[in-house]
Amino acid sequence: MSLDLVFDYVFSPAFFDGALLTLLITVTSLFFGMIAGLVVALLQESRIKPLQMLTLVYLWLFRGTPVLFQIIFIYNVLPTFGVMLSAFASAVIALSLNEGAYMAEIIRSGLQAVKKGQRTAGLALGMTRFSVMRYIVIPQAARIVLPPTGNQMIGMLKTSALVSVVAVEELLLVANQTASANFKYFEALTAAGIYYLALTTIFMSLQYLLERALDRKRPREKRRPVSLMTRLTALTAKTEPR
Amino acid sequence: MKNREHMPLLEIMGINKSFGDLKILKSCSLNVRSRETMVIIGPSGSGKSTLLRCINLLEPADDGNIFFEGNDIARELRRAPEVRREIGMVFQNFELFQHLTAIENIMLAPMKVLGMSRSDAHDVAMDLLKKVRIPERADFFPDELSGGQQQRIAIARALAMKPKLMLYDEPTSALDPEMIREVLDVMAELSSEGMTSIVVTHEMGFAKRAADQIVFMEDGEVIENAPRDSFFGGTVNERATRFLDQILH
Ligand SMILES: Nc1ncnc2c1ncn2[C@@H]1O[C@H](COP(=O)(O)OP(=O)(O)OP(=O)(O)O)[C@@H](O)[C@H]1O
Ligand SMILES: [Mg+2]
Repeated sequence: MSLDLVFDYVFSPAFFDGALLTLLITVTSLFFGMIAGLVVALLQESRIKPLQMLTLVYLWLFRGTPVLFQIIFIYNVLPTFGVMLSAFASAVIALSLNEGAYMAEIIRSGLQAVKKGQRTAGLALGMTRFSVMRYIVIPQAARIVLPPTGNQMIGMLKTSALVSVVAVEELLLVANQTASANFKYFEALTAAGIYYLALTTIFMSLQYLLERALDRKRPREKRRPVSLMTRLTALTAKTEPR
Repeated sequence: MKNREHMPLLEIMGINKSFGDLKILKSCSLNVRSRETMVIIGPSGSGKSTLLRCINLLEPADDGNIFFEGNDIARELRRAPEVRREIGMVFQNFELFQHLTAIENIMLAPMKVLGMSRSDAHDVAMDLLKKVRIPERADFFPDELSGGQQQRIAIARALAMKPKLMLYDEPTSALDPEMIREVLDVMAELSSEGMTSIVVTHEMGFAKRAADQIVFMEDGEVIENAPRDSFFGGTVNERATRFLDQILH
């Protein structure tokens, strides 16, 4: 075992690029996943029956099958229908659609946590249903949705390792390939582990800062969001916004 | 022109409302003239809230007419937002927007519905905060305020749209006894200044002080509708008298 080699790997272009790709896959998939989730959640609120049915089918498909299956399916089956996609694009599509199915549930429960009376009060002031959504429901739901969304972000970072199966040169694949060339698994995997930990720590810090920024009452109250240390050690800690 | 003042601002004619098989409102008719205050009393489940919610179209009436300033609005659900601008509503549980400060609660609708600028809306809101006697709480969030303070902010929020009619649905029944007074005082002052109001409440002190008309509802029907003095003079329906006895003891 050589710590020097770990060090070399961490600073090698191959590992660095791998980590960068992991980050890129994570961030783009999260972005599109959140949009998909928001669209699905709003469609479910919309009371339009056919659209509701469509969202149910989507949720059923993507929550009822493994992500790994979805990645392989999109990469290998879509080309037979003439849809040619790069491995990276297939990976991002699969992860986004999968993420959307989970975000939809999180966003929907956030929207429902805003009590009916709040909407009624907005409507009674002459606001349209759209304005009520935009200025009353969504801002309140955002605070409720943020903590579980943060957990999804970190989950996505880890899930992204699965796309190595379609030969996307992300961090884990780089580590694995490096190790299988010289059988120095400890060094290569430790280097990858260091990158993963660094990235999750950055994500958690961002989440902490965002929650703090959204909590406008802080100056007058001593209530604080869950601390970074608690987050790092207890991933599933419940963080109630109120 | 003089008697225009006394033409009904709101004229409800024979509205019915059912939820499923349950008839909640049975051919209710009421008139409210401009500058008048009407107090509605009645046992729980008699349909008082439903009646208020039909007036500002939160619930569509099944049939009948609701004339507001001479126009039948009962079936104008598409125009509901326009109608509701002119009709303020105050709820039992205040329903202040939890993510906004007191003053932002008041400013929201003038800005987003009337398109008022932030600084104009701020001035309007500040004046109203003075009117409801809590300008010093402008930057507090709802959960940092007492129930009485929240309800006064909610009244100010409704007033910011310059409504022609105010609806109050049991505005003090979620309040601790020591806070009821501060809310009723604000409402009574508004009434005396000529704010047309319909108030569902069991605060008979308020009715004696501020009401022009008192309505007694039971089982979805308007059983009694009398000017204040004859209502308290005892020349009313026996069921209404019995109900009054109950709530006064
Ligand atoms: N959306 C609804 N769906 C079904 N039933 C309803 C609905 N809203 C009200 N009701 C029923 O209508 C009846 C009258 O309700 P309403 O709230 O108008 O009475 P109320 O006089 O305001 O009573 P309270 O003093 O308890 O507030 C009740 O039996 C209630 O259960
Ligand atoms: Mg009621």
